[in-house]
Amino acid sequence: MRRILLCSPDYYGIEYEINPWMSRSHAADRPLAVKQWQRLSDVIEKLGCKVELVAPQPGLPDMVFTANAGLVVGSRFIRSNFRHPERQGETSHFERWFADHSFEIVRLPKELLFEGEGDALFCGDVLFCGYRFRSDIQSHQWLGDVLRCLVISVELVDSRFYHLDTCFCPLGEGRALWFPDGFRDYGQDNLRDHILDLIEVVVDEALRFACNAVVIERDVLISEGCPKLGAALTQRGYRIHELPMTEFIKAGGSCKCLSLLVPQR
Amino acid sequence: MFSQEIELRGHIIDSLILPKVLDEILSHGGNFKIRKIQIGQERTDPSHARLEVSGPSPEVVDDLVRRLRQHGAEPVKEAEAQLAEAPADGVFPQDFYVTTNQQTFVHTHGKWIEVKPTIMDSGIAVDETKLEATAVKFYSVRKGMKCVVGHHGVRVMPLQRATDRPSVFEFMASNVSSEKPKTAVIREIAEEIRRAKEQGGKILVVAGPAVVHTGAGEHLEKLIRCGYVQRLFAGNALAAHDIEQALFGTSLGVYLKHGALADEGHENHMRAINAIRAAGGIAPAVEKGVLSSGIMYQCVKNHVEFVLAGSIRDDGPLPDVITDAIEAQKAMRAKVEGLSIALMMGTMLHSIAVGNLLPAAVKTICVDISPAVVTKLTDRGSFQAIGLVTDIEPFLRELVGFLMPHGS
Repeated sequence: MRRILLCSPDYYGIEYEINPWMSRSHAADRPLAVKQWQRLSDVIEKLGCKVELVAPQPGLPDMVFTANAGLVVGSRFIRSNFRHPERQGETSHFERWFADHSFEIVRLPKELLFEGEGDALFCGDVLFCGYRFRSDIQSHQWLGDVLRCLVISVELVDSRFYHLDTCFCPLGEGRALWFPDGFRDYGQDNLRDHILDLIEVVVDEALRFACNAVVIERDVLISEGCPKLGAALTQRGYRIHELPMTEFIKAGGSCKCLSLLVPQR
Repeated sequence: MFSQEIELRGHIIDSLILPKVLDEILSHGGNFKIRKIQIGQERTDPSHARLEVSGPSPEVVDDLVRRLRQHGAEPVKEAEAQLAEAPADGVFPQDFYVTTNQQTFVHTHGKWIEVKPTIMDSGIAVDETKLEATAVKFYSVRKGMKCVVGHHGVRVMPLQRATDRPSVFEFMASNVSSEKPKTAVIREIAEEIRRAKEQGGKILVVAGPAVVHTGAGEHLEKLIRCGYVQRLFAGNALAAHDIEQALFGTSLGVYLKHGALADEGHENHMRAINAIRAAGGIAPAVEKGVLSSGIMYQCVKNHVEFVLAGSIRDDGPLPDVITDAIEAQKAMRAKVEGLSIALMMGTMLHSIAVGNLLPAAVKTICVDISPAVVTKLTDRGSFQAIGLVTDIEPFLRELVGFLMPHGS
């Protein structure tokens, strides 16, 4: 049974601004956020996955975005080194959860910035990693050495798509969603070279976090208001689950940011 | 050119990071050399590349390295130059770094500083407070002076070959042969001299007495009159025989006009020297009308700065001759700045001495009748030196013909 780690939004809110989406003057509606998150959790469970929960912590509003906690491969939890001090306090709580659940904790050297599954996504046996806004490319070299897998580093160029999982989402071997403008020439060439079927997301839908999708076999969980992507996926035989995500998009996250695959691979 | 080595590691080929970095270097005004590349054997093996990134200024290189760091490039840590104190006046510390004639930089306190002047066979003294590096000769060394030892943290910048036009200095390289097509080469040399003059570069002539003996003096005089010479380095002999010729029409007692021996001609050079000594020097002799023709006369009239260095076999010498070898070296060194071309003719010892003072960037032309001398002079490890094995007179006559086709 696939396990997905979530964190309930008890302390969620826009308390600081560390990406272009966040604005303290544009607060999240917490009761509505709780409802939206609950819906996501329910759909994940309904699709046969086990929802794991890490306890939310006061003062750490972004802990709800568990995808950034780290990268889980097999029984190893590769812990993130957050770029922003606002999120660095999350680390110890995630680490404790994984330790309590018998995962081997792997720490990167502290000078290597890495924001977990947010910037590291397997497509087949290749690990695609984003860099520049949050993770440093040096962490990719380290991951390649530790995981003994091919790591393809792609530069992110639009600060609104600051994590790889905001403009790229693998659907399985040889297929992925992407928003090409989130990358530049070499990054685009890289993805085209390695992935045969790249489903392009239009800018309006990319800005609604269409790429920030959770893929469970043939089921894809995406934010509401992405009809073009929905149609492209339906045509390829996927089942679409549209979820309201407005309160989390205010902080620059959606379905995928709220969930961490345990393990991703 | 300024440069910095960087390293890239990881899946830099599959991720297109290497081509991206190379592109980034070229599109931001830099250049690169791949020093080392090791490509992973298996798909999951990391690759490794070491590049030298260069640019026209340290700022451009710094900016490039900053950009490249974002893509995972790490600057290779540069070793600092090792310094040791001179144990006594005039003595370098053991294992002191010996300079070449190429532009040299020393890495100290995190900065690359240029060693000045560019001169071979010197040590490097570093002033750590002023962050200055100076090429120093033995006699300038003072006890306690910090000198570079070993080779860490020293970088030599090889001369860049011209890319816009092929130069005679490049196609001739430094092969010396009497079989070369001289006219074509002399035409090219004339072209280089003309170009140097137009660009305000200074031209140095180093000449031996053969210039006078072979009757080439008048050609050299023409070059001086027409502004193609700004400095003259020679010994006592060139000046003494030139003045003998000016005063008596002979060179070592032989009439240059018809080649006959003058009666009591062997005395002439002694009488010439005496006349100049009596006048108080070459310039005073010109002023007083004692000397009114010849190479030295033209030098005085055309404000060519000359240095006459003495040697053990000199007669006289003339009052202008500097007999202290170290003082003579210093005087010559003071006059090599700003030179573009050095034309060395018919003197092995003066040419080698001057060659040792010149930065490699000064284009050097060596002309001598003896192939061995030309080889010695051109074999300075620089592609900026060419040699011609020929008698001086036909060489200078032809050179003057190219530079002043209508006579002047």
